[in-house]
Amino acid sequence: MRNIVLFIRRYFNFLFFLILQGFCLYMLFNYNRFHQAVFMNVANEYTGRVFKQFNDVEYYFKLKKTNDSLVKANERLYNKLKLDFEIPDTINKFVVDSIKIDSLEKYRKFLYMQAKVIGNSVTLPNNYIQLSRGIQQGVTKDLGVLDANSAVVGTVIDVSSNYSVVMSLMHRQSNVSAKLKKSGQEGSVTWDGQPNEVILKGIPKSIVVKKGDSVVTSGFTDRFPYGLLIGTVTDVIIEKSSNSVTLKLKTAADFYNIQFVNIINNLKKEEPQQLLKKVKKTNE
Amino acid sequence: MSSLVKNIIRFIFFILVQVFVLNQIPPLHHLINPYIYFLFILWLPFKTGRRTLMVLALLLGLCLDFFTKTPGLHAAPCVLIAFLRPFLINVLVSHEGTEANYEEPSIKSMGFVPYFTLVVVLTLVHHAFLFLLEALQFAGVWYFFVKTFLSLAISLLLILIVELLFVRKQRFRTNTA
Repeated sequence: MRNIVLFIRRYFNFLFFLILQGFCLYMLFNYNRFHQAVFMNVANEYTGRVFKQFNDVEYYFKLKKTNDSLVKANERLYNKLKLDFEIPDTINKFVVDSIKIDSLEKYRKFLYMQAKVIGNSVTLPNNYIQLSRGIQQGVTKDLGVLDANSAVVGTVIDVSSNYSVVMSLMHRQSNVSAKLKKSGQEGSVTWDGQPNEVILKGIPKSIVVKKGDSVVTSGFTDRFPYGLLIGTVTDVIIEKSSNSVTLKLKTAADFYNIQFVNIINNLKKEEPQQLLKKVKKTNE
Repeated sequence: MSSLVKNIIRFIFFILVQVFVLNQIPPLHHLINPYIYFLFILWLPFKTGRRTLMVLALLLGLCLDFFTKTPGLHAAPCVLIAFLRPFLINVLVSHEGTEANYEEPSIKSMGFVPYFTLVVVLTLVHHAFLFLLEALQFAGVWYFFVKTFLSLAISLLLILIVELLFVRKQRFRTNTA
């Protein structure tokens, strides 16, 4: 017993070092599984405030670019207005059935919420964006995030009461289901470390892909509806050993200049999720 | 200014510079990621105890981690260099009395070559451990070596500039004063 005490006293500094290292590594390797375990929610609230202060200043320097992108977004929306379209022949009218049947009624599926970007990183190996909108403003986990021009930015992964953290496309674990707009071939978009560049994998060699083709969301997940732009093809890499090609994409969202985003809340995601769960249960 | 106040200001300053300047600038290359925040640990007074040093390093690392959303990633290398610092200082400080007469490690108190050996070794250890942890999670050997050496070079350049721009006045303390 005495020897153990002596041993501990003699090597106390080293043991203390090992304990601290263990603590750090435990946090590092458990972060992805237990966000709450490492006080991240509390910390986000405080870092959020600091980021907000910084962004108040930084925002002024980016006003021009932000303004330009908002003008573009407006243009796009104006082009979608009903006023822009006319029926060519006034005698032929569209007839709308006035009997209300439930199945014909429109319901809202996606709700857009704007949010201000207060913290953004582009140079780190895993990049996150911090938004000043949290649980109290209707944000929950696993919602999709778009920039002002409806290009995919990422997914909400953590929320505190007033702030939320988004895993951007430039994150090693980011995985977005995508389609080639032209051929409809499906694949998944991941990141390999280059800023403003993502890769699309799983496209068979038989599909003809050209530089400049657009890649859009597939609509198979409940986060994003079909057809939101992710990026355009800049390079086609043919892998000799496999039957598929890897596409390099330039992201449609410019991650260096991002001041406002839209969070999409899918209001109808419970039903398909429950159905899936049921199917899984019956198969077990 | 008392040593405590000075170090608290340094702590905040280094975290802010790292988060809002060095992590924000468009990178020269995606494998270059300069770090200077750990100079805080190197600049702590000679008389700081080992355990205090390690706890302060843990706090510094965690503080940065909460900003970059990677809990533990920077804290682990910081604790490691805090653990190694006293050994290195013992080896490198040649003449008697440096630790008693000067407050903290700097070019003036230790001499140019010993001080920069300390900086280079600890920066290398910090970067190697940091990028090793990163490489373990998602990349390979090549990523680890290239990123470590490129980032090391740029970080050292920045540290040299910092040392030349902000000369820390070191008073020679004697018992009579």
